[in-house]
Amino acid sequence: MSGDSIGWLGVPLAIAAGAIRGSAPFLFVSLGECLTEKSGKINLGLEGTLLLGAMSAYAVACKTGSPWLGVLAAGFAGMCLGLMHAWLAQRSRVNDIAVGIAMFIFGSGLAFVLGDPYIQPSAPPLESFELGNWSQVPQIRAALKISPLLLLGVGLAFALHWFFHNTRWGLFIRAVGDNPSAARAQGISILKVRTLSIMTGSFFAGLGGAFLSLVYPGSWTRLVSSGQGLMAVALVIFARWNPRYCLYASLLFGGAQAVGPALQAAGIQAYYYLFNAAPYILTLVIMLFTCTPKRSLAGAPAALGTGE
Amino acid sequence: MIPPFDSAQAVGFAPTTAVAEAPVVKEPRDWRRLAEAITLPAGALLVAMGLFGGFCALAGASPLGVYESIYTAAFGSWFSFQNTLIRAAPIMLCALCTALPLRLGLLVIGNEGALVMGGLGTVLVGATWTSAPPWAALVAMALAGMLAGGAWVMAMGAMKLYRGVSEVIASLLMNYIAIAILNHLVNGPIRDPASLNKPSSYPIPEANLLGSLPGSRVHYGLLFGVISCLIVWFVMEHTVFGFKVRTIGGNLRAARIVGLSVGKISLLTCFLAGAAAGLAGMAEVAGVQGRANESLAAGYGYAGILVAFVARQNGLGILFVSIVLGGILASGGILQRAHHLSDATVLVFQGIVFLVILFSDSLYGRFRIFQERTAHVR
Repeated sequence: MSGDSIGWLGVPLAIAAGAIRGSAPFLFVSLGECLTEKSGKINLGLEGTLLLGAMSAYAVACKTGSPWLGVLAAGFAGMCLGLMHAWLAQRSRVNDIAVGIAMFIFGSGLAFVLGDPYIQPSAPPLESFELGNWSQVPQIRAALKISPLLLLGVGLAFALHWFFHNTRWGLFIRAVGDNPSAARAQGISILKVRTLSIMTGSFFAGLGGAFLSLVYPGSWTRLVSSGQGLMAVALVIFARWNPRYCLYASLLFGGAQAVGPALQAAGIQAYYYLFNAAPYILTLVIMLFTCTPKRSLAGAPAALGTGE
Repeated sequence: MIPPFDSAQAVGFAPTTAVAEAPVVKEPRDWRRLAEAITLPAGALLVAMGLFGGFCALAGASPLGVYESIYTAAFGSWFSFQNTLIRAAPIMLCALCTALPLRLGLLVIGNEGALVMGGLGTVLVGATWTSAPPWAALVAMALAGMLAGGAWVMAMGAMKLYRGVSEVIASLLMNYIAIAILNHLVNGPIRDPASLNKPSSYPIPEANLLGSLPGSRVHYGLLFGVISCLIVWFVMEHTVFGFKVRTIGGNLRAARIVGLSVGKISLLTCFLAGAAAGLAGMAEVAGVQGRANESLAAGYGYAGILVAFVARQNGLGILFVSIVLGGILASGGILQRAHHLSDATVLVFQGIVFLVILFSDSLYGRFRIFQERTAHVR
């Protein structure tokens, strides 16, 4: 199909298009997880947040006719789940990973139950900017449809990086994540900082859900997410807890997701499913080579996973 | 609790005595403790049911009617209880896959992947060695499933031990890799051309399938689950091996100092854990489906993680909690038919139950009635 006019160039083009189209959910979810983990807690339930966000965005866009209200609703739905996670995960003797998995089950169940009436109707989609009109090649035109949500995410990545290193609150979050006792001695409320970080992180993840249901794939079904939320934790490790690297990692994961379909379109079908798993294998291999048993990864918040 | 300063320990002498004198909090074997351990989860379950009742009322169904339906569908008759047991079997085995490494201090969430690999191993043996007598085929399939699942989780343990890779992340990634391998195989090399709508592997010959327990529709996987839980309970609580595992989980440095072979014990425990999940995959393939396809990854793995936490990694607790959860899962259909609720409502119920029970863990020691009178000496 892609071989009509531009030949084998169709494959890299399709991968680049996939990176642009598919990376936004990865980006929002990984930025949310990055913010959460910087404060020293893990949120493994972002898959549930993503699904509830996707459902809320679609439902609100259907009801009101405004996709941007849907985006906002997705963020707030995510924030509510974030509040629950923050409250539970910070109680003593409660494991944040177990809470995350329970929140994943709860959030996706809630999204499925509430979303059942919205599988049929179609919501107004979020229009994309058509930056490829100069080209005659339909593949290039399709690839350069850029959603404003993606641009928002890119801006957010740089803003978050600036925020961590140049603001009081950024410093608070890093202090709480690296040395909670020292932060407490400074008079910083750990509970407050972590709760706000987790809630804001879940807000971002909700926006990622809005991208799924309003932009690409662009409808609400139970299969709208393909595990992007669960992968957030791995992406953040891949990006070394750096928001700017989250952007590059998301583009890479989004592109890798498109390798299988692109090769399939070019007639190579044999390893479709294995190519889909390429990002996971890549992350695992990179971790195998860069981790040592002696110390934690460079850039990792010191309080992460200690239960402190 | 801060241990008293020990000069021998400080200058590096007599490390073994340091372990012997390590602060052992004496567990008061009191009725109060038992009462607390029973009352809190039971109370949490009641609270969760209350919350879920509110949810159902909002969705337009009568809470009492819903409870009654869940009870009928899960435990009401021998017929429905068998449905519950069929679902409880893989959950038990998957819960062991998290519970065993958790005793070592490793949080493995790769149950789903180990189950899938176990199912694949089973079908590779069962669908190729078709001429085998049934008993030999079953033994070979069970061994293949356990070996595949065990090796899968042992790899996670090895990555943690020798490369310091976080076992949480590694197991999460390996879940996806396992499912990709499954999809690759059932869509390509081992796809049965007769399976059109749902790509599946070649079937295991009917004669070699895992039969049902006498007098029921429940396959032998339940027996595997129950026996495994009992063995794990006995080994972990009452044998030297279990004590070694708990020592490593309690204090890794102390375990190294007293000369435990931490690597060997950890890898063996991980292997046994994965073998349990692999056995769950074997039972699903050889007892329920007869072939491997993507419905192997049905979420039993993730449910198992939570069961392991809720049961506090205790084999007997896992047995009990799995049956309760199996009952909840079995009631999905009736909620849809009798109350016009979405079939995903059971997911919400499951989520609420786990969240409230996890919350109740933070309440231990908060209630006066459960405390010994002498507990405030410090």
